[in-house]
Amino acid sequence: MSLTIGIPRETFLGEKRVATVPEVVEKLVKLGFSVAIESGAGAAANFGDADYRAAGAQVVGSAAELYALSDMVFKVRAPDADEIGQLRPGTTLISFVWPAQNPELMQQLAAQQLTVLAMDSVPRISRAQKMDALSSMANIAGYRAVIEAAHHFGRFFTGQITAAGKVPPAKVFVIGAGVAGLAALGAAVGLGAIVRANDTRPEVADQVKSMGAEFVPVDYQEEGTGVGGYAKVMSEGFQKAQLETFARQARDVDIIITTALIPGKPAPKLITAEMVRSMRPGSVIVDLAAEQGGNCELTVPGEVVVREGVTIIGYTDLPSRLARQASTLYATNLLRLTEELCKQKDGSIDVNFDDEAIRGATVIRGGEITWPPPAPRLSAAPAQAAKAAVAVPATPVATKKSGGHGGAGEPVSGRSLALMFGVGAVLFWLVGSFAPAAFLGHFTVFVLACFIGYMVVWNVTPSLHTPLMSVTNAISSIIAVGALVQIAPPIGDAGIDRPAALILGLAVVALALTAINMFGGFAVTRRMLAMFRK
Amino acid sequence: MTANLASVAYVGAAILFILSLGGLSHPETARRGNLYGVIGMTIAVLATVFGPRVTAAGLPYIVGALLVGGAVGLYAAKKVQMTQMPELVALMHSLVGLAACLVGFASYVDTSIAYQGAEKTIHEVEIYIGILIGAVTFSGSIIAFGKLSGKIGGKPLLLPARHWLNLAGLLAVIWFGVLFVQAHDVTAGMTPLIVMTVIALLFGIHMVMAIGGADMPVVVSMLNSYSGWAAAATGFMLSNDLLIVTGALVGSSGAILSYIMCRAMNRSFISVIAGGFGTGGGAAPAAAGGGAQPQGEVTAVSAVETAELLRGAKNVVIVPGYGMAVAQAQHTVYEITKLLRERGVNVRFAIHPVAGRMPGHMNVLLAEAKVPYDIVFEMDEINDDFPATDVTMVIGANDIVNPAAQDDPTSPIAGMPVLEVWRSKISLVMKRSMASGYAGVDNPLFFKENNRMLFGDAKKMLDEVLVALKS
Repeated sequence: MSLTIGIPRETFLGEKRVATVPEVVEKLVKLGFSVAIESGAGAAANFGDADYRAAGAQVVGSAAELYALSDMVFKVRAPDADEIGQLRPGTTLISFVWPAQNPELMQQLAAQQLTVLAMDSVPRISRAQKMDALSSMANIAGYRAVIEAAHHFGRFFTGQITAAGKVPPAKVFVIGAGVAGLAALGAAVGLGAIVRANDTRPEVADQVKSMGAEFVPVDYQEEGTGVGGYAKVMSEGFQKAQLETFARQARDVDIIITTALIPGKPAPKLITAEMVRSMRPGSVIVDLAAEQGGNCELTVPGEVVVREGVTIIGYTDLPSRLARQASTLYATNLLRLTEELCKQKDGSIDVNFDDEAIRGATVIRGGEITWPPPAPRLSAAPAQAAKAAVAVPATPVATKKSGGHGGAGEPVSGRSLALMFGVGAVLFWLVGSFAPAAFLGHFTVFVLACFIGYMVVWNVTPSLHTPLMSVTNAISSIIAVGALVQIAPPIGDAGIDRPAALILGLAVVALALTAINMFGGFAVTRRMLAMFRK
Repeated sequence: MTANLASVAYVGAAILFILSLGGLSHPETARRGNLYGVIGMTIAVLATVFGPRVTAAGLPYIVGALLVGGAVGLYAAKKVQMTQMPELVALMHSLVGLAACLVGFASYVDTSIAYQGAEKTIHEVEIYIGILIGAVTFSGSIIAFGKLSGKIGGKPLLLPARHWLNLAGLLAVIWFGVLFVQAHDVTAGMTPLIVMTVIALLFGIHMVMAIGGADMPVVVSMLNSYSGWAAAATGFMLSNDLLIVTGALVGSSGAILSYIMCRAMNRSFISVIAGGFGTGGGAAPAAAGGGAQPQGEVTAVSAVETAELLRGAKNVVIVPGYGMAVAQAQHTVYEITKLLRERGVNVRFAIHPVAGRMPGHMNVLLAEAKVPYDIVFEMDEINDDFPATDVTMVIGANDIVNPAAQDDPTSPIAGMPVLEVWRSKISLVMKRSMASGYAGVDNPLFFKENNRMLFGDAKKMLDEVLVALKS
């Protein structure tokens, strides 16, 4: 059975985006779906009804009609109360939802017996990157922020020497080098400005440099960063040092673009009124965190204001201001998600909870709230989490796998665990019933040593696998001890019939062989390790 | 030295070995870890030599054997090239296996320690198992050595009904084991013991012969594990706790490495050990097996054009594979890296967990060439960054960058995690020819629009690229 995907016109004030574009409609049809779109839905993003019709969509006159025939609804903004009422029970809705910020909305959606996939809740794992609409939108916001700044800034970005005199290049400072920040860097560099950026995570310095910008570190090294308790120190002394750095930049630059967000909290105030006052008249601040209260104290969300001679741009709809581009990228993200839902390519969907990406995105299933999802199976490195503590850039940081193999703590499924314990218990019972006491002592030692080996080796970084193998190989020459005790045991001349020469010969050869291994193994490990350097 | 002192020294040695393995977890502590291992081993050997179970009469033999073996070992360690590490490690595993066999036989013919009843049976079972594991380790490692050093072809040898052969071998081993335990004296027990040893040797050969070249990392770490179990079995045989502890440490660490490698290839341990590639039953070698044959044009480029591409790039990722090791190209790779980094290009390395022929093979080669380890990344760390990468250079790798693993469910390597190099703006593959990788699977990457091929020996081509970059 092929489902019908409905795309209504966005009703939110000022929203120009649309949840699908003609190009994507074709691909959805190829996946086996029928696509219906409300007349005029793409108009604000410059997609006409005729384009959609040509791509194979059915154009429907009114929203009510559309909701009545749709099995799935794609939207940009979450539906309002009126729209929720028109959705048929059982419909699958895919849009931005922000479940943490909108508990009431979640209740209403659940009450309507919907299945809801939130594009903002797609987990940030590499496989799901193609459906990561937050990144697509942040990218656009970053680009548009520079364009808005250029529009309000009274000078060239690029430096020029003309017959009419020398024009200095504009200086741009970007706070937060997440997706939006990096996009802003790229756009500003492209326009020819001198661009600097700051981020609390020192490891993004390379990314900043790779975009052609300069990384401005917070001058806080000498007070002992990098030791344990990093986050604690950071929240006090670091913040102060950070603000000082920003104040210094504010006096020097023409344009500041801020992208610092902490998920689920008001945006941190990083640009004080004092700093705004210290900027040159005509300077521009673009506050990408305006919707969450703004990084600048003087930001008015949704508006452009002039304070102390500085233009402060607090637009909250930057992606919407690049509606055609934003719609195309968002539609593609939706398409990728749909592909994951519809592996059969037969126009039906399967909300498969074993799929980590789909599980994460699904906030309501069949009227039952399934948000928040169980913690992702990646284990985040504690140090990294601590570093990201103060100001996370516009989109949350992807949790990176730790140095080991990521899955060390991965829980085994209950059934196989029970099976393992069962088999273990039977084995132990057998051993306990039949083995003599002397053997049991050795057996205990053996089992415990196996566990220690397991615990110790799990966290080895992959780059050291070869040295690890060569050192364990060297250590396995401990078998030399076995050979040693056979060479000349203290049995005296008790007259025991014993082929002494044969044993001696075998033991000496065994000892020589293990000696090769012992000396060679440790020496070669040493040689290898000497080469590892930072 | 009294027996108690010797026991305490053993405990110390065991702790040092644990610290040694723990130290190997991070590059900063690894050197110290190795040192702990050396100290632990020294303590263990000295405590045994001067302990109650060795008389002064044995000293000349002991010193002689240690000197000869030690000299050979140190010489080999000094001479071996880093690209030959997998061979060396495999060869060393075989020594441990052989030593375990010898000690087992020596222990069996030694009648000075008499056991009675259940203890005798357990002792004999321990000998039997110790020799069994030792023999499998020995012959398996020799074959692995042959395969890794190219003396034996890398393609899996698939005998008809090989699973039945293995099963028959196992049953025979159990049958002779029963005979062995029932034997009344040493002479009577010798025949089943020797027959079993031969079967075990053949089994080891057969097992590794059936495993394809790409699965070698698993095999090497598995043999590593076996050499540990062999030491542990010897420990049971001789009632020596230090041997048991150390053997168990080595055995479990090898087993974990094997498991990690298997997971990196999305294959089950059983299917790797069962040999061949993909489908069981040994029907068709994988080359002919499922998967759409990729079609299309490849775009070949010259070394000079490669240099041009690199010159225009800001973000470069280098994906090394076994081909780089074979061509000994790691030093040239680093020269190029250095040159590009001086020019402000962000150069990073992406290492697939099973690149090369043993776990961590590529990291060792890059370290040898003095590549700083903070620009060397694991697959999971760097896979997301490919879309922002201008040029990805794949040097002598194939299966680990094969998009068919993701796109083509019928491919024999479907589901194996791969480096998504095709998502970078330009991917550049250096290969000797269009031949398929060890898995015998064609690579649709080569036919992608944004892919370029640079044919030739990796070292020679990279030298040319370096010259072109410098000019």
